[in-house]
Amino acid sequence: MGIVRYISIVAMPIVILLIIANALKEKVAIFDIFLKGAKDGIEIVFKIFPTLVGLFVAIGMLRSSGVIEFIISIISPITNFFKFPNEILPLAMLRPISGSASMAVATDIIKNNGVDSFIGILASVIMGSTETTLYTIAVYTGSVRIKKTRFILVASLLADITGILVSIWVCRYFF
Amino acid sequence: MLNILWPIFIIISIVYAVISGNIENLNNSIFESAENVVEFSISLIGLTCLWSGIMEIATNTKMIDYLCKILNPIIKVLFPNLKENNTTKKNVMMNIIANILGLGNAATPLGLKAMDDLQRENKKKDALSDNMMMLIVLNTASLQLIPTTVLAIRSSLGSENPSIIIFPVWIATICAAIVGIVATKIIINMTNKKRS
Repeated sequence: MGIVRYISIVAMPIVILLIIANALKEKVAIFDIFLKGAKDGIEIVFKIFPTLVGLFVAIGMLRSSGVIEFIISIISPITNFFKFPNEILPLAMLRPISGSASMAVATDIIKNNGVDSFIGILASVIMGSTETTLYTIAVYTGSVRIKKTRFILVASLLADITGILVSIWVCRYFF
Repeated sequence: MLNILWPIFIIISIVYAVISGNIENLNNSIFESAENVVEFSISLIGLTCLWSGIMEIATNTKMIDYLCKILNPIIKVLFPNLKENNTTKKNVMMNIIANILGLGNAATPLGLKAMDDLQRENKKKDALSDNMMMLIVLNTASLQLIPTTVLAIRSSLGSENPSIIIFPVWIATICAAIVGIVATKIIINMTNKKRS
């Protein structure tokens, strides 16, 4: 636990230190470059804002209407058998399909269970260690107009499932 | 995808809420969510700006060249039939580095450029080549060094220690990537044998 916590805490400062130390060595105008990049950050958030509004409202409706609870209650006999935490089911289901929808769902789960609770941390780890697999495959194969994908979906989904299972295991072990 | 999912979400929510008598809850949640997303996005701006600023510094220095050198042996194993020093290899590498640094906006265009290059070298134009499969699997593996979006979500929700998830994320990512790569290698071998 101590080491995990320590590595997690030093990771970001060390990456920042390496980048800045390297830039100093190369004698570039560090702060000017920083400002140029930081300005793009505003644009990134502005661009996804409408998407987030749509999805936060839709996910909020799914939860408040009781649909999420209903779906969980149907699947829970299976997930309970595998000792899979029910709360993260909606995230596991949406994560491969849509980045912004899974962001909305993850935020919803983290908020409702407590950001530093086991489920809150687990949802964060899953969100950080998986990708929008189906979307990525669609964009990459679509860009070169290829239809024969040679089971790439199987490999990618296996990776996703591994990511989720390892996340559960790691969280149970460390937190 | 969202053109299908989004209306489904909304319609089943409303229908279910009416049936189960939760309509008041649902109505309140519409206002609450729309309001929350503003607060959430504003707290996202801070970390997103900081990180894109830091990454702008990284991309404007020779940092990228160092990373290329470190990655080269791994790339050779993952993409055994990529030729040395051509633009295809460079685009593949830049895509992977952009993913590692969390430059989502830059990673996808680079990846698509690499796909284009790989398609030119592809002998069967209607099927993914071995290299293309590996590139796609790596792009679905979330190789990000610092998962900034989740960190921003956590800090905006008032976590006492947003960073605590970084090391667990690394472990999960590495395991997922290894499984993805091994599965891809197995599929490549199996489908190539069947073809020849």
